[in-house]
Amino acid sequence: MGKVLMKGNEAMALAAIKGGCDAFYGYPITPQNELPEYLSKHMPLQGKVFVQAESEVAAINMVYGAAGAGARVLTSSSSPGIALKQEGISYMAGSELPGVIINVMRGGPGLGGIQPSQADYNQITRGGGNGDYHVLSFAPESLQETVNIVKESFSLADYYRNPVMIAVDGLIGQMMEPVELDQEINEKVSPEKTWAANGESAKRGKINKIVSLSLDPYELEKHNLKLQKKYHEMIANEQRYESILTADAEIIIVAYGTMARIARTAIKSLREEGIKAGMIRPISIWPFPSRAFKNLPTTVKTLLAVEMSLGQMRQDVVLSINGQLPVEFYGRAGGVVPEASEIIDKVKSIIGGHKNEN
Amino acid sequence: MKTKRVYEPTKGLTERALSYCPGCTHGIIHKLVAEVLEEQGLLGETIGVASVGCSVMNYEFFNCDMQQAPHGRAPAVATGIKRVKPDKTVFTYQGDGDLASIGMAEVVHSAHRSENITVIFVNNAIYGMTGGQMAPTTLIGQKTSTSPEGRNQLTTGLPIRVSEMLATIPGATYLERVSVHDPKHVRLAKKAIQKAFDVQTKKQGFSMIEFISTCPVNWGMTPTDSLAWAVDSMIPYYPLGVYKDATKPGDDDA
Repeated sequence: MGKVLMKGNEAMALAAIKGGCDAFYGYPITPQNELPEYLSKHMPLQGKVFVQAESEVAAINMVYGAAGAGARVLTSSSSPGIALKQEGISYMAGSELPGVIINVMRGGPGLGGIQPSQADYNQITRGGGNGDYHVLSFAPESLQETVNIVKESFSLADYYRNPVMIAVDGLIGQMMEPVELDQEINEKVSPEKTWAANGESAKRGKINKIVSLSLDPYELEKHNLKLQKKYHEMIANEQRYESILTADAEIIIVAYGTMARIARTAIKSLREEGIKAGMIRPISIWPFPSRAFKNLPTTVKTLLAVEMSLGQMRQDVVLSINGQLPVEFYGRAGGVVPEASEIIDKVKSIIGGHKNEN
Repeated sequence: MKTKRVYEPTKGLTERALSYCPGCTHGIIHKLVAEVLEEQGLLGETIGVASVGCSVMNYEFFNCDMQQAPHGRAPAVATGIKRVKPDKTVFTYQGDGDLASIGMAEVVHSAHRSENITVIFVNNAIYGMTGGQMAPTTLIGQKTSTSPEGRNQLTTGLPIRVSEMLATIPGATYLERVSVHDPKHVRLAKKAIQKAFDVQTKKQGFSMIEFISTCPVNWGMTPTDSLAWAVDSMIPYYPLGVYKDATKPGDDDA
């Protein structure tokens, strides 16, 4: 269909349809409303399911039900809404159900605000709900990357039998950009859902149960270890990142999503001034791409984590570099989007510090 | 001598021993639901939704596909299933803490959307699984582990009558409150379940059967005293009967 100019939220909705989404269950919240609005029109046209639920909690539990019945299911929300959905996400992880959750992040804590933010980083990557589980999570920076990941996420969810979250900040949800919806993507082959409780027990010759309860602690531990094995497989296979101008870099900025776009502008200016700045851009945030931090060139003196939050991702950078380099931080909170000039000033003050040390 | 088989266990239940306390009526209600699913030929194409409470493990007992829901969310889970599998039979099985307290929003909105599902609602006026705490359905004056002096209307309100409340919702198609305290009422209860699944098979919308049930252990009574208390104390506050029947006349003939 070639490139079309679309708003982020609508492009994600269309990408979900193209990814084979059978059903959407959601609840209104800013700044993601154009996504369910688009689907409320287009899912019924395709003979697919759209339900506006009575609450975020009900929406994710409808997702849990439909996923248990074997459907490809989507919900979308924004930060405080995602907090409410954690119950169902934990159940999905526990009973190994696939499903896609789009989080168009806004400022917090509490009701917070409605401007773009990345302050859900811990909520997304540290579980959020109860129990030892992880959600495969991606944080793309452009609409093209976003629609490709949304399309791919349904097959990833099916393959791992695990929820997948697409985390974009409100800016990506609200901005317009040219986007090609039909780009080839590498889709994992979805195994047949022989486990689904889909009301076919007569045909199947046995009954299927979707359950996360296990009263025997030894059995539950065994189940947890099985889940861990799956998470280790994700850590091995799903770390995604982009390394930009790192080969000769003196300082490497670590940034994702909208923040990475702004960092690109900052790096261009810094390079023009002769300051060798580069970037590692995580695309997957769980698993965090620790691999990108192995064997960095010896020219690198400092890492600088830049976020639209107050040092949440920085913790993963610290863990990844494991004490080998200092990890500086710059971030704005509450929905404030940093200017490139703020990053440039921060980099210069760090480099200046190096010079004084010499 | 020739023997003739006159009775056998329903195929609607698995061979697992039930996990319920002696004298509890969950067993009877399980059997009735299972028999109706078997008799209506629905068992092999049904998805049941278990809830949280004493009946949390009923996915081990019903001999059909089952999904276990978070506390109170069974009608939302059932909605999710039914919308992608509209031709399958979907039921929830919930207690009064699950349905009338933490899950009130889900059941009200499912009824309001007239989701074509059947809710089996078991009301024993107490939280059984967690050890006998006060439920929204606990009677005034009834002693529980969190109302040790008896439920006080001034601080906890009056017990919620779920069937009466849902009857005000246009989307609710069939609502009936039944009891299983004696053989006559067991038979009537089974008829109510038959009607509810019939409503669903005919795609007529939301149906719920509320059962007056007992909890001998947490009520601190013998099973027979519990049945008497259900009749003498619960039924006067929760009268039996059909609270809503929006099926079209003549539908019963099918």
